[in-house]
Amino acid sequence: MFSQQNNSRRKALKNVAAIGVAASLPAGAIKPAAAADAAPARTTPQTLSAAEAATLDAICGRLIPSDDGTPGAKEARAADYIDRSLAGYLAGLRKAYAAGLAAVDVYAKSSKGTLFTALSPADQDAILAAMQKNSATGFTPNSAAFFNMVWGHTLQGTFCDPAYGGNAKFVGWDMISYPGIRMAVAPEEQRMSVKPKPQRQSAYRDATLSKGGAHGH
Amino acid sequence: MATNLKKTDVVVIGLGAVGGVAVLPLARAGCEVIGLEAGTWLDTKDFAADEISNNFRGWPKSVQKANREIPTHRANEKAPYSPRFPLHPMMNAVGGTSLHYWAQSWRLNPWDFKVVSETTKRYGASRIPKGSTVEDWPFGLEELESYYDKVEYEVGVSGKAGNINGSIDPAGNIFEGSRKREFPMPPLRGTEFTERMGAVARKLGWAPFPGPAAINSQVYDDRPGCVYHGYCNRGGCHINAKNSTTVSTIPRAQKTGRLKVVDQAHVIRIEVDERTARTTGVTYLKGGVEYFQPADVVLLGSYTYENVRLLLMSKSKAFPNGLANNNGQVGRHYMTHNTGSVLTALFPYDINAWYGMPAQGVAVDNYADDNFDHSKLDFIGGGNMWVYSDRRPIVAASMSTFGKAPTWGAGWKSFIRQNADRWNLAYMQKTTLPYEDNYLDLDPTVKDPLGNPVTRITADFKDNEKRVGAYMQDRMTQWFNEAGAIAVERGPAGTMGPSTHAYGGTRMGDNKATNVVNRWGFAHEVPNLGIIGASVMGTSGSHNPTLTAQALAWRTAEYLSKSWKSMV
Repeated sequence: MFSQQNNSRRKALKNVAAIGVAASLPAGAIKPAAAADAAPARTTPQTLSAAEAATLDAICGRLIPSDDGTPGAKEARAADYIDRSLAGYLAGLRKAYAAGLAAVDVYAKSSKGTLFTALSPADQDAILAAMQKNSATGFTPNSAAFFNMVWGHTLQGTFCDPAYGGNAKFVGWDMISYPGIRMAVAPEEQRMSVKPKPQRQSAYRDATLSKGGAHGH
Repeated sequence: MATNLKKTDVVVIGLGAVGGVAVLPLARAGCEVIGLEAGTWLDTKDFAADEISNNFRGWPKSVQKANREIPTHRANEKAPYSPRFPLHPMMNAVGGTSLHYWAQSWRLNPWDFKVVSETTKRYGASRIPKGSTVEDWPFGLEELESYYDKVEYEVGVSGKAGNINGSIDPAGNIFEGSRKREFPMPPLRGTEFTERMGAVARKLGWAPFPGPAAINSQVYDDRPGCVYHGYCNRGGCHINAKNSTTVSTIPRAQKTGRLKVVDQAHVIRIEVDERTARTTGVTYLKGGVEYFQPADVVLLGSYTYENVRLLLMSKSKAFPNGLANNNGQVGRHYMTHNTGSVLTALFPYDINAWYGMPAQGVAVDNYADDNFDHSKLDFIGGGNMWVYSDRRPIVAASMSTFGKAPTWGAGWKSFIRQNADRWNLAYMQKTTLPYEDNYLDLDPTVKDPLGNPVTRITADFKDNEKRVGAYMQDRMTQWFNEAGAIAVERGPAGTMGPSTHAYGGTRMGDNKATNVVNRWGFAHEVPNLGIIGASVMGTSGSHNPTLTAQALAWRTAEYLSKSWKSMV
């Protein structure tokens, strides 16, 4: 029990020292590990079928589009975040995604004559609007529930730490001008007129941090 | 058959915010203490700046006991169940939820201890809401002052006193009860936005002040001051500047050599001697093996829902309806803090709230408790208003569009690109009273993975709470509008389902017909069973419960050590 105490105290002192160094460096002196932090290019989905992944990616692309010339959920790889999460924390929702994505295509075919991915952006938006309003048929329990689930996960996938497979190249954080993770924040960095320089780095660039799974010591 | 362990003086169930405090005075007084904790040790390497893990996934790195025992909720006995919460509001670890709580460490207002007598004196007995079971506490703030003080110094609380021995300092909370000395640390710094809100409050004739927090504002106890990195909201501290019991009282108690921490210990029953009706110890599971830990005294210090559940599950011939429940009071007088009815504002300027934490803010107590005249109002009590600096990317993008833009698509994107840093949500903690039909019991059908019933909540906010909520939203609207808000949105009152501020169920009071524990925190029906936590509190007040629950836990533990001979 005594080593526990001494151990945490040593660590605390070490951390203070580390923060002191970081705070004294000029802004921009620490280069973000850009290569390591960038999400991998979209590869074969881990959980979803290729067709499911394509439909989901198209949905994400309309929920947060890039029509304005700036990256949206597609560029953030929100669908990759969802795909990966369905293999882990969100595994319990795998069936709901399979059923919901299938229902999207059935509804697209019946209302617009073809698969969701083959539709124009305007038609895709019309389908999503019908789902949100709960007027799209063929969903269990209903289309609004599926819409809300996908929308929530699209937000997570667009704005999460890139370690989770979304927010690729930090496009989500840049979209809302989030200045990024800083281990220590100076008083002037909390001034309203100050725009802290964007720190494009994952929390897990420090490989010693644990990410998940219950563990003891 | 359980493996019998060697007897100890005191076994504490749960080493969280309160159990983790109670062990210190006991160990210092020479008691041999065993602390049973369902979770594990976690430390700085578990505390990445990760919004997904902290705010959306219930800390997957921690032992998931609580998340498998989420209480059910219904508004009343005839209402259908509310949708089940996906996550439990609290978590398991050595230090419990004090690892990731907001760390706001408030004392209660003097009125909170005397709601019945003070209301009757000032406005007449008819102003106590119909159906409320509220009682005065068995003592006033002055009894608890020295314990608040001890915890503020042992755990480490930053803040600014507003009333030292009756001398009022407008830099602090002018409405607080008298305290003997200043906080051990100055308050956390403000931000430009919270300072602006403070100046606006003064313009309105109010008395703004920085809130108290169990977070180091400077080096304290050899641990560093806060660095305001923005992941404190349900996040552990990466530099141990948040004063969880994990880094403060528990290691100090271990240092005496008299606290043994048993982690991953899942308590399933408190045992009794049928003949004497005294508790004999605790049965728990660890690694699939059942152990019996005998003890002279048991201190039950898990969370409100689990305190009640463990008592109700611990049935015996002496206590057929659950331990210490022959008077039918276990589970009664349940309250959650009336923290719904929030107010969200949109400003025409960037706030830069990306850094900081929920405890970095500005408070106004002019409309809290009985700090204002209620003669012409239709409710009693009030709320603390709190504006703070706390924003992370996912929650920022999940903002309301205030009816000014679509909720997804190109129009939505254009709106959040401009406004993600222009909104602020004010948190108001409002008086909640206990009522005869708001209670906790065991769910007749929903079970945990061991096959034991989970806690069932039957409770709803009543007229008094709803009126306080609407009144506080009006006051907050005034504050935000004065600061230049271009839109405000009123949140709903919400339900009384699982909450981080759950009170009652084992209420403290002299009358054993209406209370489970006596004024020292020991069960009226089981003299060697102490109960600690907000489950003993009979009123909620307008401020976070943790410091009060910790002060009460210290007091119960100190009483036990000083009265040892008469207790065992």
